[in-house]
Amino acid sequence: MRQALEPILKINNLQTHFFTKAGILKAVDGVSFEIAAGEIVGLVGESGSGKSITGFSVMGLVDAPGKIIDGSINFKGKDLSALSNDQMQNIRGNRIAMIFQDPMMTLNPVLRIETQMIEAIQAHDGSISREDARIRSRDTLGLVGISSPDERLRAYPHQFSGGMRQRVSIAIAMLNRPDLIIADEPTTALDVTIQGQVISEMQKLCRETQTALLWITHDLAVVAGIADRVCVMYAGRIVEQGLVANIIANPMHPYTQGLMGSVPSQNQRGKPLQQIDGMVPSMLNLPVGCAFQNRCNYANEKCSNIQPDITQVADGRQVRCFNIPVGQRL
Amino acid sequence: MKPILKVQNLSKDFIKSLDLVAKGLNRIGQNYKEEVVHAVDDVNFSIFKGEIVGVVGESGCGKSTLGRMVAGILSPSTGSVEFDSSQANNKEIPSALRTQMIFQDPFSSLNPRKRVVDIITEAPIYHKLIPPSEKRAFATEMLQRVGLDPDTLERYPHQFSGGQRQRVGIARALAVSPEFLVCDESIAALDVSIQAQIINLFVDLKDKFDLTYLFISHDIGVIEHISDRVIVMYLGRIVETAPIETFVKQPNHPYTQALLTGVPRLEVGKRQYEPISGEIPSPLSPPTGCHFHPRCKFATARCKAEKPALREIAPAHFSACHLNDEA
Amino acid sequence: MGASANKQSYDLPAAGLRKFWLDFSESPTAVIALFVFLIILFIAIFAPWVSPSNPYDLTSVDIMNSRLPPGSEDFSGNYYLLGTDGAGRDMLSAIFYGLRVSLGVGALSGLVALILGASVGLSAAYFGGRFETIMMRIVDIQLSFPSILMALIILAAFGKGVEKTIIALILVQWAYYARAARASALVEKNKEYVEAAKCLALGDKRIILSHIAPNCMAPLIVVGTLQTAHAISLEATLSFLGLGLPITEPSLGLLIGNGFEYMYSGDFWISIFPGVALLITIVSINLVGDQLRDMFNPRLQK
Repeated sequence: MRQALEPILKINNLQTHFFTKAGILKAVDGVSFEIAAGEIVGLVGESGSGKSITGFSVMGLVDAPGKIIDGSINFKGKDLSALSNDQMQNIRGNRIAMIFQDPMMTLNPVLRIETQMIEAIQAHDGSISREDARIRSRDTLGLVGISSPDERLRAYPHQFSGGMRQRVSIAIAMLNRPDLIIADEPTTALDVTIQGQVISEMQKLCRETQTALLWITHDLAVVAGIADRVCVMYAGRIVEQGLVANIIANPMHPYTQGLMGSVPSQNQRGKPLQQIDGMVPSMLNLPVGCAFQNRCNYANEKCSNIQPDITQVADGRQVRCFNIPVGQRL
Repeated sequence: MKPILKVQNLSKDFIKSLDLVAKGLNRIGQNYKEEVVHAVDDVNFSIFKGEIVGVVGESGCGKSTLGRMVAGILSPSTGSVEFDSSQANNKEIPSALRTQMIFQDPFSSLNPRKRVVDIITEAPIYHKLIPPSEKRAFATEMLQRVGLDPDTLERYPHQFSGGQRQRVGIARALAVSPEFLVCDESIAALDVSIQAQIINLFVDLKDKFDLTYLFISHDIGVIEHISDRVIVMYLGRIVETAPIETFVKQPNHPYTQALLTGVPRLEVGKRQYEPISGEIPSPLSPPTGCHFHPRCKFATARCKAEKPALREIAPAHFSACHLNDEA
Repeated sequence: MGASANKQSYDLPAAGLRKFWLDFSESPTAVIALFVFLIILFIAIFAPWVSPSNPYDLTSVDIMNSRLPPGSEDFSGNYYLLGTDGAGRDMLSAIFYGLRVSLGVGALSGLVALILGASVGLSAAYFGGRFETIMMRIVDIQLSFPSILMALIILAAFGKGVEKTIIALILVQWAYYARAARASALVEKNKEYVEAAKCLALGDKRIILSHIAPNCMAPLIVVGTLQTAHAISLEATLSFLGLGLPITEPSLGLLIGNGFEYMYSGDFWISIFPGVALLITIVSINLVGDQLRDMFNPRLQK
C-alpha cells in the first residue's frame, strides 16, 4: 500500500469546453483528482465521458475549438493550464509523457526507431552526445522487454507487430524518465495475450522507476488489475473515485454499479445480464440536474433539478450522488 | 440429432499472385514465390439447432474469415458448409437468405444514404417476401422486435447512436426470417453499458425466433456468458472445441489455458500477470508443425515437426495437442 | 425493456443540407465564387431575356455600328456598355449568348462523360479481375495524352461542328470520372453495408446502383465541377483555334478568336471582354469545386 505522498499532479475543477457551431460541448465539466508520485490511477469511462480530453488537457494538446476555460492543473507546483506552448514543450515528453491507443500516433513511419528516440532525448537535453543518447535508447528498449535492442533500434516501425510498436511507444515515453505517464487506452487495440504482457510490463516498470501512471480506459477489469485508485467518469464529470479495491468490492454510484454489473463475468450464465437502460445523453443537450438521471433506478425529483456535488465517504472515497445513505457520509 | 450446420474441411487461402514482371523475372532465373496466407486451414465442426457456438481467438486466427464463409459472403478455397434444410423453421424462404450476418462496425454496416425503413425492407421486398404495400407496417414490427422506437423509421443512420445502429442491423437481418446468424464481433465497437443490452437482445431473439448462432468474439468474458460450446482458433486452425463448462473449468490446449489466465478479470486484489511469451506469428509465415509451439511452455520436438490432429479427448471435447497422446 | 429509453435518438447537430451549407460557408471565397457562378448561370439560361439586344438577329444589327468603343452610343440611341464588334453586334449581348453556348456545351459533355465514366469505373471496381485491369489500362492510356491533343485528333478525324465538339469533349473527359468513380467504389465495396447487401442476396446490379453508386457521388461531384471548368476552357481553346463550334453558335472562345485580329488596331474590347468573362466563369467554378473537394476530404475534417 502506497504511503500518502505529496501529489505530483493536482487537478482542480478542470473545465475544457468545445465551442462548436452547433453549441458548447462541455467535454470536461469540473474534474478534480490527484496523483501521487509512483501511484497508478485509473480513469475509467465510456465514449463521450471526457476521459481522453482530460488527459489531453493535462498535456496541453487540446486543439480549437476546444479550450480549457477554468480550473487548474498543478504539476509539481506549476499550473500547466497557464503555461505557454513553448513552456509546455519543455514538460511534454520530458516530465510528463503520453502513450496513445494507436502506436502509429507516436511513431513516424519513415524514420528508424533509433532516429526517433535519439531525437526525443536530444530535444530535451541539448548537451547529450548522439552516442550517449543511443545507448540510453537501447537500454530503455531493453527495459520494456524488447530483445536484441541494438538491431531493433535500426528498424522501421512497419517491421514491428502491433504489440511491439506499443512497447516502443512506452519506451519512448520512458526515455527521459518522466514523473508522470498518461496512457490513453494503451492496450485496447492489442490482442488479449499481448495485452497481458504489456500491462504486466508497465506495472513492473512504474513500480521500479517510481513513475506515476494515469491509465485511461473503458475497461474496468484492466484497471482492477493494475491501479491503486480509480476515477469513474460520466458525461464530463467524475462520479466516483477512490481505492480500486473498495470500489470493486462496493461500488456506490449507480453508474459504477451498473457498469460493473453489466460485465458478463459478474453475472450468472443463462440469466440476462444486468444492463443500464438508455444511452449516454447528447453532450450538447445534457439534462438539467444529474446527467445520469434518465438511466438511474434511484433517481428522484432532486436529481432532475440539481446537479449533485461530491459527497465524501470513508477511506478517501468520493461519490457524486444524492442517494448515498446518510450513515455512510462523512 | 443431426447438426443443422456442418462445416467440413473448410479452408480459405488468400493468394497474392505474381504480376507480369515477377513472372518474367522467374523465367530468367529469379525465384519469386506467390504469397499464400492460409487464413482458414482445414476446419471441421458441427452446430446443432438452437445452440450458440462461440468462436474465440486473437488477430490472424481466421475467425472473421470463417464467419464470412459460413454466412456465404466469401467462397471457400476447399471444403463445404452444409445446411440441413429439413430443420429449417421457414421452408419457403430462399436458401440464400438462411444465414445472415451481424457486423462489427455500426458506422459502416448501414448504408448512410438510406432511411432505416428502406434498409430493413429492401431485401424482403426484393425477394418478394412481403408486398411493397406492407412496407411500413413490416418495418415497424421489425423495429419493435429489436427495441427501437418505430417513430424513427424515416431517419438516416447517422441520426442514431452506435448501439441503436446495431439494433437496426439486427432488424435488417431478422427481416428475411433467417435460421442462422453469424455475429462477427457484433458488440466489440460498443460501449460496455450498451454491450450488455445487445447481448441480452441476442439471447432474447434466439429464444423467440428459434435461431442458431455462431458468435465470434475476442472478448472471453462475453463468450463465457453466452455460449453453449466454444471453438478456439489460432492462426487459421481450430485448437480446441469444448462445451462451455469444460472450457471454463478444464481447458486442455496450452493456448486456451493461456487465453483464460491472461484475460483481465474484475476481481478484488492486484493481478499477478503470468503472460505467455512471444508475439503472434505472421499468417504469412506460420511456424511449422503445431503453430503454437514457439510460445508453448510444453513444446516438444514432435510439436515442431508434426501438425497435431483435432482429436476427441472426452465426450464433445476436442483438442489439437500432441501432449494428449502421452496420456 | 429499454424501448422507451431508446426513444431519444441522436439528432446530430445540423444534418443534410444545413450541414452542407455550414461547411461550405466556412470559406468566404467559395461563397462569393458560388454567388458569382449563380449569376453567370442565370445569365446563361435567360440570355435572350437579359441581353440588351439579340446580336444574331440580322435585322437589328447594323454594320454602321461596328467597332464602337465601350460606353458609346449609336445613332439610334442604343447604349453599348462593352462596345461592338466588327459586324456591329453588341459585345455585352454577344457575351451573354456566348456564355450560354459555353456553359451548355461544357455541362452537357460533362454530364454524359460523368455517366459514361462512372459506369465504367463502378463496374471495374465491383467486378475486378481482368475486366478491371483492361478498363483501367485504357483509362491510364487515355489520361496520358494531353487533353487538347486528344481533342484535336478527334476533331481532325470527325470534322467540326457542335455535336462533334461535344463528342470530343466527352471522349476527353470520361477517363477522369472513371478513375474517380473506381477509387471511390473500391473503398465502398469493402464496407460492411455492401457485405450485408451480398448476404441478403440482392444481386450485383442492385448493389452497384442502389448501394455503391450513391455513396460515390461526392468525389464525382468534385471531379464534375472541376472538369466542367476544364471542358469549358478546352472548348474555348478549340473554338479559338477555329476547330470547335461554328460561327452560327459562337461560344466565348470563338468570340475571343474572332476578336483577336482587332487587337492590333487597338479595338481591344472585342477580344478582351469575352476573355474576362471566360476567366471569371472558370475561376468561379474552380473555387466552388476546390471548396467541395476540401469539404469531402476526410483528412481535413475536424
